[in-house]
Amino acid sequence: MHDAILKRLRERLAVEAGLAATLSQGLLVLVQKPDELLAIAQTLKHKFAFDLLLDVTAVDWPQRQPRFDVVYHFYSTQDHVRVRLKTAVSETSPEVDSLRSLYGSANIMERECHEMYGIRFRDNPDLRPILLYEGFEGYPLRKDYPKQREQPQV
Amino acid sequence: MNTPRQSPAAFEYLTTKKDELVGWARKFSLFPYPFVTACCGMEFMSVSSTLYDTDRFGAALPRFSPRQSDLMMVVGTINHKQAPVLRKVYEQMCEPKWVIAFGTCTISGGFYQNYAVLLGIDKVIPVDVYIPGCPPRPEMVIDGIMQLQDKIATARHPLINEHF
Ligand code: SF4
Repeated sequence: MHDAILKRLRERLAVEAGLAATLSQGLLVLVQKPDELLAIAQTLKHKFAFDLLLDVTAVDWPQRQPRFDVVYHFYSTQDHVRVRLKTAVSETSPEVDSLRSLYGSANIMERECHEMYGIRFRDNPDLRPILLYEGFEGYPLRKDYPKQREQPQV
Repeated sequence: MNTPRQSPAAFEYLTTKKDELVGWARKFSLFPYPFVTACCGMEFMSVSSTLYDTDRFGAALPRFSPRQSDLMMVVGTINHKQAPVLRKVYEQMCEPKWVIAFGTCTISGGFYQNYAVLLGIDKVIPVDVYIPGCPPRPEMVIDGIMQLQDKIATARHPLINEHF
């Protein structure tokens, strides 16, 4: 049942939106360029009923060029399937479009991704830290942040 | 006719030192302030509820305002963002005040060693009794409370001056 839905969705994505999705661990995976991100999220939301943004995070590949993957997970409350959208950004300009015009939840999750990985989200006006504090230097979940570096406040 | 006054108990007066008297009173009237942040909190609940019952040591009634308490129990992981809060709460407590570090996280950061966790609350506030364990057994907590009681009982109390 679940597999059938995934298969159908995959075909629809290919035919109707020209997106080649792969399957991984029961998830549809899309890998796209950063400048197409907003358009694809729009298509996913309006055409394919992916109406829930579950997570925004990033992966640091220190040896790779471009260095970061920004990863989004969407969920369809209609079909009960998930899709993962990945886009690679470079170390020199780790910048992608914000999805806050489509999903309200993007506001907070982009803030967290920004403080932990230093990914900038264009058009998100409020990228203050949530879990960290003002004055914290560096991005702790990047692989080059020293494991034992502390930044005490008192 | 006056009846002779009956003696109420075996003895009518005691001799003691004022310090011991105050220490004796204080050690059985600890008002803990639970600063509970993490998994050690479960063990804190277990030690303060019926089976182990810290009421036996006079430390039963948690006060959720630092101004009404004299024993701060720091229970669980403290991170750098929280350290200023911990310091402020400690400063709001009235003298005399004591601090128990409950669990390895509060003593040394435990197994955490990263950007977030404060490696030992004694970097921020003074600590009287350390109770190790991840989390400590209730018996250890009770032992810690009894050690604190000994410490209070044998301490000098600045309350005692030329007017008292
Ligand atoms: S000492 Fe262990 S049980 Fe206690 S807060 Fe730390 S990790 Fe949790």
